[in-house]
Amino acid sequence: MRLQYPIGIRVVRVPCTGKVDVLYILHAFEKGADGVYLVGCLEGGCHYNSGNIKARNRVEQARKILDVIGVGGQRVEMYNLSSSDGPLFADYATEMNGRIQEMGPNPIKLARKKQAA
Amino acid sequence: MIVADKKPIEEIIENVKNNKDILILGCNECVTVCEAGGKKEVGVLASALRMYFLNHGHEVRIDEITLQRQCDHEYLEEIRDRIDQYDAVVSLACGVGVQFTAEKYHATPIYPGVNTCFLGVTEARGLWTERCQACGQCILATTGGICPVSRCAKRILNGPCGGSTGGKCEINKEIDCAWQLIIDRLTALDRLDDYETLCPIKDWSTDRAGGPRKVSREDLQL
Repeated sequence: MRLQYPIGIRVVRVPCTGKVDVLYILHAFEKGADGVYLVGCLEGGCHYNSGNIKARNRVEQARKILDVIGVGGQRVEMYNLSSSDGPLFADYATEMNGRIQEMGPNPIKLARKKQAA
Repeated sequence: MIVADKKPIEEIIENVKNNKDILILGCNECVTVCEAGGKKEVGVLASALRMYFLNHGHEVRIDEITLQRQCDHEYLEEIRDRIDQYDAVVSLACGVGVQFTAEKYHATPIYPGVNTCFLGVTEARGLWTERCQACGQCILATTGGICPVSRCAKRILNGPCGGSTGGKCEINKEIDCAWQLIIDRLTALDRLDDYETLCPIKDWSTDRAGGPRKVSREDLQL
């Protein structure tokens, strides 16, 4: 559809959001990602039954951890949409990008840069 | 199995906040099954701690090892050559494992990473309930496989108390009356004679109340 969406987003394709482990999310932040969001199928429409539900639980788990350690739980998010809904995908990308811009860069990234210097 | 629950990360941070080389030591058995202290949880805790320390400007090394068990000499010996590199260990094993690790490596502070809760079963994923309190004198043969010591709030041994109502315990209407369960089970097994036979006064010396316990099997000792 050639819709425009923000540039700072790296898409990592997985067969189902249920493949995404809590550790993938945490390691992404450890390595300096400013935000992580998962885009999965609509609830009830998961090809593997409940992969997207598990993904949502893991996002919640990661959110709690990120809040406790001071990185910010709002940096991680779970979205559900139909794989044919291109405009909504672009909307979510814009929304998440806007949220992360407002929150600023990942403090871990800044801390690593300072350490390396 | 021994059921444990994760400690809040804030509590663990409080213990290790001044350390520079930390080992997160997991256990591959009970705490893995109750998703509190296995390899996955070790990874999650290590990642969270690394980010916490980076965020607070400290340079800290955090390593991750998961042993098969922490209650046997052989498995704990596997880390003997590396333990001196660390100034603190967070053990995600049950209380047994934490203590045994501390006994073996008494020069290194060993902190617990989980709260050990009880001996129980996995009723469903994410739901564990108590079944046994290790009283040392098992009477399950006469109670149809249901334990009145662990599942009866009053630990009585000869039938329900007056508070048993609608099959529920008087302390909490969500808790089944153990004696109701026992009677139902014995009826189904056609063994109500076991219920009629009086259980004698229990020897509680083998229970926790008798002090720290020991099992010594001379036939196994070399």
